[in-house]
Amino acid sequence: MVDADVRLGLSGSDLAIRNKTFHSALTMTPGTLDGISHRFLSVVNEHGLQESVVDFQNCNGIPSFTVTPDVIEAFLRIAKENSSYDLLSDCFGVDRLAFSTAHRFEVVYSLYSIQHSDRIIVRVALALDQPCPTAAGIYPATVWPEREIYDMFGVEFTGHPDLRRILMPDDWVGHPLRKDFPLGGEEVEFSHNVREQESK
Amino acid sequence: MQNSDLMSERSTTFPAGIEVERQHDPDTGADTMTINMGPSHPSTHGVLRLVLELDGENVVRCTPHIGYLHTGIEKTMENLSYYKALVLTDREDYLSNLCNNLAYSLAVEQLVDVVIPEKSQVLRVLLNELERIASHMLWLGTHALDIGAMSVFFYTWQDRDLILEIKEHMSGVRTKTSWICPGGLRGDMPSGWYERVESFLNQFPKRMEMYEGLLSNNPIWLERTRGVGVLTPQDALDAGLTGPSLRASGVAWDLRKSNPYSGYEQYEFDIAVGQYGDVLDRYRVRMEELRQSYEICRQAMKRALAMPGAPVRTNDRKIAPPPKAELDTSMEALIHHFKLFTEGYHPPVGEALGVVEGPRGEKAYYVISDGSNRPYRVRIKGPSFYNLQALPKMCEGRLVADVVAMIGSIDIVLGDIDR
Repeated sequence: MVDADVRLGLSGSDLAIRNKTFHSALTMTPGTLDGISHRFLSVVNEHGLQESVVDFQNCNGIPSFTVTPDVIEAFLRIAKENSSYDLLSDCFGVDRLAFSTAHRFEVVYSLYSIQHSDRIIVRVALALDQPCPTAAGIYPATVWPEREIYDMFGVEFTGHPDLRRILMPDDWVGHPLRKDFPLGGEEVEFSHNVREQESK
Repeated sequence: MQNSDLMSERSTTFPAGIEVERQHDPDTGADTMTINMGPSHPSTHGVLRLVLELDGENVVRCTPHIGYLHTGIEKTMENLSYYKALVLTDREDYLSNLCNNLAYSLAVEQLVDVVIPEKSQVLRVLLNELERIASHMLWLGTHALDIGAMSVFFYTWQDRDLILEIKEHMSGVRTKTSWICPGGLRGDMPSGWYERVESFLNQFPKRMEMYEGLLSNNPIWLERTRGVGVLTPQDALDAGLTGPSLRASGVAWDLRKSNPYSGYEQYEFDIAVGQYGDVLDRYRVRMEELRQSYEICRQAMKRALAMPGAPVRTNDRKIAPPPKAELDTSMEALIHHFKLFTEGYHPPVGEALGVVEGPRGEKAYYVISDGSNRPYRVRIKGPSFYNLQALPKMCEGRLVADVVAMIGSIDIVLGDIDR
């Protein structure tokens, strides 16, 4: 953890604030969604999936359900087919290196229902090197964003139709949006022999 | 070395698609040819590379290659304070700067829980609609230019330039103003600004008539656009399309109506919805949007002029700097000013989504705070990224000449795609 904090450039006061509270960080007992009412939750209960919700958050008005990778497909399927979340608004990754080593990455699916004009977030908690099942079969719009997550965070998606880098060059080493990827330090192109040339 | 050897060696040393390759399928007897379009091609609207597999004039397969404009804006924003990260929002989708400012500001304002004054809400709407007009003007000009109607480009560029002058008058900067910031606006409008907007709006309906006259009934234009690049509502939703491109496919969804922000619920306007989802519908939807934006601008102008001298920035000195005049007399103001621009503010731990209806679709900023003065993660949802995903679906089976019409019709900005 210390190494990661140094790389992140976090100092004393930042760390104190961060350690006090951050994202309930998967501390919820599975199945304790009592007191939370949302139309998606009743669909989740109907399908007997409430045990799989490992964390619930209210992200400034948007309910967010964290689930384990094995049930993500089932979750997205009921969101699309039974709760009319027909539009994939966005899909992106988060590196939680500074907060949790067991739960290093998150893949976040932000879903929108045109009929009800509301949003939910479904997210998957992943360990380092843990693959995530693709959602491309349910929301075809995730094909490119999942490629971006693979490119930027190195999360593998099993069953993905076309898992290649999308923004970075094919021969790039590393995953730039990981928190332990250094900022800067990249060699300037065509500068490998600049000293040699100058000394001539 | 024989010529054929040379060719085979070349095709292994160059990345696939750079060279013209010919394939023969012995089963079907079809001969296809792979050609490369872009990355530097005038009608790809930036640096987009398409690898097209052609059977004669027909596109068999289209593979977009993106990332040429990737500058790591999300990563850079994670390493700047909240106030400083704002300037990068101007630089990702460089044609909808003020809309990006607003989306980011809405997210940060939710995190720090600040209420902004009424007048800044009105001016945010006005600026966003002017931005939409400017962006659509650029789209109209380049889209028509791609299809071969050159003169439209010169006229739309004039109109866009008038809006850039409006922005310059306001801030001293023509495009990347960062004028909308967390806490309100950077400042009130200078004298003569409203007159300038007024004079732009006065001539705008006539200009719209001219554009309609040049294109809407032009037989060549109709021939090139009608029935081209059809997307059914299901296709559009599957690709994650948003904005005018989605509405052209018949899905009536506009964030300004469905989830109003900055007081859009107080304005009277309609949203244009297409019927067939072809290039012509996408053109018509955007043309109608221009007129509706004009209506919103008129209403916002009336509201803004009714509030002379009202504050445009929150009084919370932790979020927005104090007025310049106060710095000379108040020690407290000086401290606030110094703290804001050096350390910045620490929003409480949490996550917030700021989302606006940009010219190209749903522009969303997802900001995660860890309690420090820098965002832990900023995710920028570029609508063009999703819109471009629909391109292979649109152009496969169509003529290669129509590909430029389809690219123009989804109005992509590569800065928005690659970020």
